[in-house]
Amino acid sequence: MTTIDAPRSPRMTRTTRRTTRGNVEMVGWLFMRISGVVLVVLIFGHLFVNLVAGEGITGINFGFVAGKWADLRWQIWDLLMLWLAMIHGANGVRTIINDYAEKDSTRLVLKVLLLTAFVTTVVLGTLVIFTFDPCPAGSPADLLPSFCTA
Amino acid sequence: MATAPAGTLYRGREGMWSWVAHRVTGMLIFVFLLVHVLDTSLVRVSPEAYNAVIGAYKNPIMGLAEAGLVAAIVFHAFNGIRVILVDFWWNGPRRQKLMMWIVLGLTFVLMAGFLPRHLGNVFGGH
Repeated sequence: MTTIDAPRSPRMTRTTRRTTRGNVEMVGWLFMRISGVVLVVLIFGHLFVNLVAGEGITGINFGFVAGKWADLRWQIWDLLMLWLAMIHGANGVRTIINDYAEKDSTRLVLKVLLLTAFVTTVVLGTLVIFTFDPCPAGSPADLLPSFCTA
Repeated sequence: MATAPAGTLYRGREGMWSWVAHRVTGMLIFVFLLVHVLDTSLVRVSPEAYNAVIGAYKNPIMGLAEAGLVAAIVFHAFNGIRVILVDFWWNGPRRQKLMMWIVLGLTFVLMAGFLPRHLGNVFGGH
């Protein structure tokens, strides 16, 4: 007598793994949820302070950014936002690549591009936050935050 | 043309469309994030360079694009919380449709507050 598998049960063939690859994908799944909650707070705060409070977008210029990053708390805020958003976003795009790019070579190329963009952006952003000079020498004083001349 | 299999609760319904919207908004936000880190990095070049590029964000066309971007972020945020509730709340899967309408409602309310403020800044004389 032939047994019929339950609908949608995984096919067990030679190429199908019986166990998942450790817990890596589960950790990724959990990370998306935890970082997501933190990012809601960080990004809503970012949008409120930059686009809603004060003069909104019309008030954003070099002096505005310099004023924010003079405060260590905004540096930490933006650093955390950069890292969490980049990991969350890159992992999301990785999922999209896995879903739609069917050829192994296409997947590899897209993932190399994604990793390159990820590393470049995270390294650049991190360096900018920590090596930023709010009062660069030789710049017109009216473009700088007021504390440069004080 | 292929027709959807009968009796599928997911395909073509609220769960599928919110999943599609979550992907599309997520991809859009990620692409902007890459650009946004680059434009902000100009503070390291010179105040003039940064102000010139950020000035481009203040024109009306970019102002409308920013409104769309913020709407995408707000939807992605609220729908992300819905996904978490579907996964972790014992009653989440049964309430996923209702929660999708709550997500859309909250997105609408928040944007109703944000749009006059932002578009006023972009189009209004300061």
